[in-house]
Amino acid sequence: MAASEKSAQVGGATLKYLEGGSGAPLLVLHGELGFPGWTDAYESLSKTRKLIIPLHPGFGVSDRIDWIMNMRDQACFYTRFLQEQALTPIDVLGFSLGGWIAAEMAVNNAGQFRHMALAAPFGIRPPSGEIRDLFATPTQNYIDASMFDPVGAPELSKLYGAPGPKQYEMWEDARAESARLAWAPYMFNPSLPHLLGGVKGLPTLVLWGKDDRIIPAGTADVFATAIAGAKVEMFDKCGHMPEIEKKDQFLATLTAFLAQ
Amino acid sequence: MHIGTFTERPYASLAENEVYRNASFFGVSNKHFDPKTGADLYHRYLDQNVAAEALGFDVIMLNEHHANPFTMGAVMDVEAAILAARTNRVKIALMGNPLPITDPLRLAEELATIDMISRGRLVAGWVRGAGSEQIANNVNPAYNRERFNEAHDFIQQAWTRPGPWRYEGKHYHYRHVNPWQKPYQQPVPECWIPGLVSPETVIWCAQHRYPYLALATFLEPTMEMWDMYADEAERQGYQAGPENFGYLQKIVVAETEEKAQELGRAWLYGGGQPAFARPEWMFPSGYNTKAATARLAKAFTNPETGDVALASATYSENIDVEAARRATQATYQGFQDSNQFIVGTPKSVLPKLRHVMETIRPGIFICWHIEGGTVSQEDAMTSLRLLGTQVLPEMRKYAKELGLTSPDEVKPGSRPLPASGKRLPVVGKINRAAE
Repeated sequence: MAASEKSAQVGGATLKYLEGGSGAPLLVLHGELGFPGWTDAYESLSKTRKLIIPLHPGFGVSDRIDWIMNMRDQACFYTRFLQEQALTPIDVLGFSLGGWIAAEMAVNNAGQFRHMALAAPFGIRPPSGEIRDLFATPTQNYIDASMFDPVGAPELSKLYGAPGPKQYEMWEDARAESARLAWAPYMFNPSLPHLLGGVKGLPTLVLWGKDDRIIPAGTADVFATAIAGAKVEMFDKCGHMPEIEKKDQFLATLTAFLAQ
Repeated sequence: MHIGTFTERPYASLAENEVYRNASFFGVSNKHFDPKTGADLYHRYLDQNVAAEALGFDVIMLNEHHANPFTMGAVMDVEAAILAARTNRVKIALMGNPLPITDPLRLAEELATIDMISRGRLVAGWVRGAGSEQIANNVNPAYNRERFNEAHDFIQQAWTRPGPWRYEGKHYHYRHVNPWQKPYQQPVPECWIPGLVSPETVIWCAQHRYPYLALATFLEPTMEMWDMYADEAERQGYQAGPENFGYLQKIVVAETEEKAQELGRAWLYGGGQPAFARPEWMFPSGYNTKAATARLAKAFTNPETGDVALASATYSENIDVEAARRATQATYQGFQDSNQFIVGTPKSVLPKLRHVMETIRPGIFICWHIEGGTVSQEDAMTSLRLLGTQVLPEMRKYAKELGLTSPDEVKPGSRPLPASGKRLPVVGKINRAAE
């Protein structure tokens, strides 16, 4: 099945989002490379959930919003979106940069979520090692580095193989907006781990590949320590995109968590 | 016509293999930099620029790049301040200060200081800075153009509006703007804008009536951009003329053809200008506008596979350096054929120079003379001396004959449009036979 594109007025701007599937709503926040297309994981989830996938402003589909200059601005914008669409409280699943947005949203109002699942989120400085520099890396090299084994994941070439000029332009939009949001400090907010300590009673799951070459996997522990009661699921032989590389385990863990 | 001289001031003792192994000058480790060699080189380049004045040049031009052995001018304004005191007549053209990576208030003070020390010989020039400058200075490339525009407008105000006043912009904020350094040239210093034929910059220059200086670009795209400038000038209500255009030309001369050809190959040292920085450093996230990205995507799409070459890259330290060097050197004759490199004796370079001057009709002509790599100080000085004593007087005659007016002769933007309201041509025609 495919999702349909919708739009909403938020703070004087037009936000485009995708809606697909049926069941209790699940907010899905895409990562730094933009909406990847209707993944196998989305397809599976849409059988029991109505997926609501905002296309982040400035990432090539929704127009850029001039006053959004950092991740907290972006998070507050989505908090307003959820409120005005009467979608709260809602379950949220955030991938990578989208996971960071979800964590910032939880900080400004944990009550807007029922469950929060974060797949290899940015937002916190790794306890050791460095975050790979998206802004000075060609996109396909970055995607390859996102996988433990780029060759062994057939879905990868379906989503990202053979990019033409259109895809290149979309990636450049996504990279540009990611830079506007998170150029420095690079992909983290020093206040986030401190403020996450104030998030109480929100069931949280952190999912991470043990072989993540984008964000050192040790960062998962910092999230788990910061958010009271957060659970961590680590995947063997898996990079930055467990939803692609370990899709079945990822979905099983996520579905069980959301059902709690 | 203003005739000037320029050198990149490279770190000339860097082993070429290091550049090839890194596939780029930017990114080579600074462990290869020796400050004692650096000291000698800074003095060499300062001396060359002082000598250029004595040889009759009108302009000495400097540029700025960071973290890169391709150019030692990371702190260009310091060099400019020294030259301001060591010279008496030449314009000191800074092509340019990379606005987005600077503190604009500090820059307003620095440039006004240089303008005063030189008693009004500064030509301020603004650039966005190459992509690699954004990385080396950690300034967000996605705001590059916004920062450029805001910093430019702020500096004009800082130079002209009596202080103290407060400034709250989007990217810059000052609670006390009251610089006690003001430009010697009132109200603001002369300004030219260097560029690599980016249409957005060309249009912006035409709107501000700033001369646009094309940095050693191919003649055909240069003419297209100058037509674009002149069209915008027409919309702005003026006729563009040679005073609105400048050109940087790579040129080396020697006593014999053979020697000149030996020196000319140094343009390709380490891969030459194309090896300045790898694409991922030249185009960091958000550095290009959407229009520029679309142009690049089109230009770099493989027509057979449909793939965009810029989307991925592979480098290896284990490349065959000799093969890479041979491949680079194989391009040498092509650069001469297209007049990108003008190489020869004073006599043999003149027809080529005349061809370039007739074709693009610049009012400012900067000779990017040979330097660095394998070129000795003696050879560089010989080239400069021959240019000054034998080539430059002839160029002045051509300029007069062709009506190539400098910004001192005709104020840029002051030429009225013809009564029809339609502009006159600003460039000539490429004469294929001359190439």
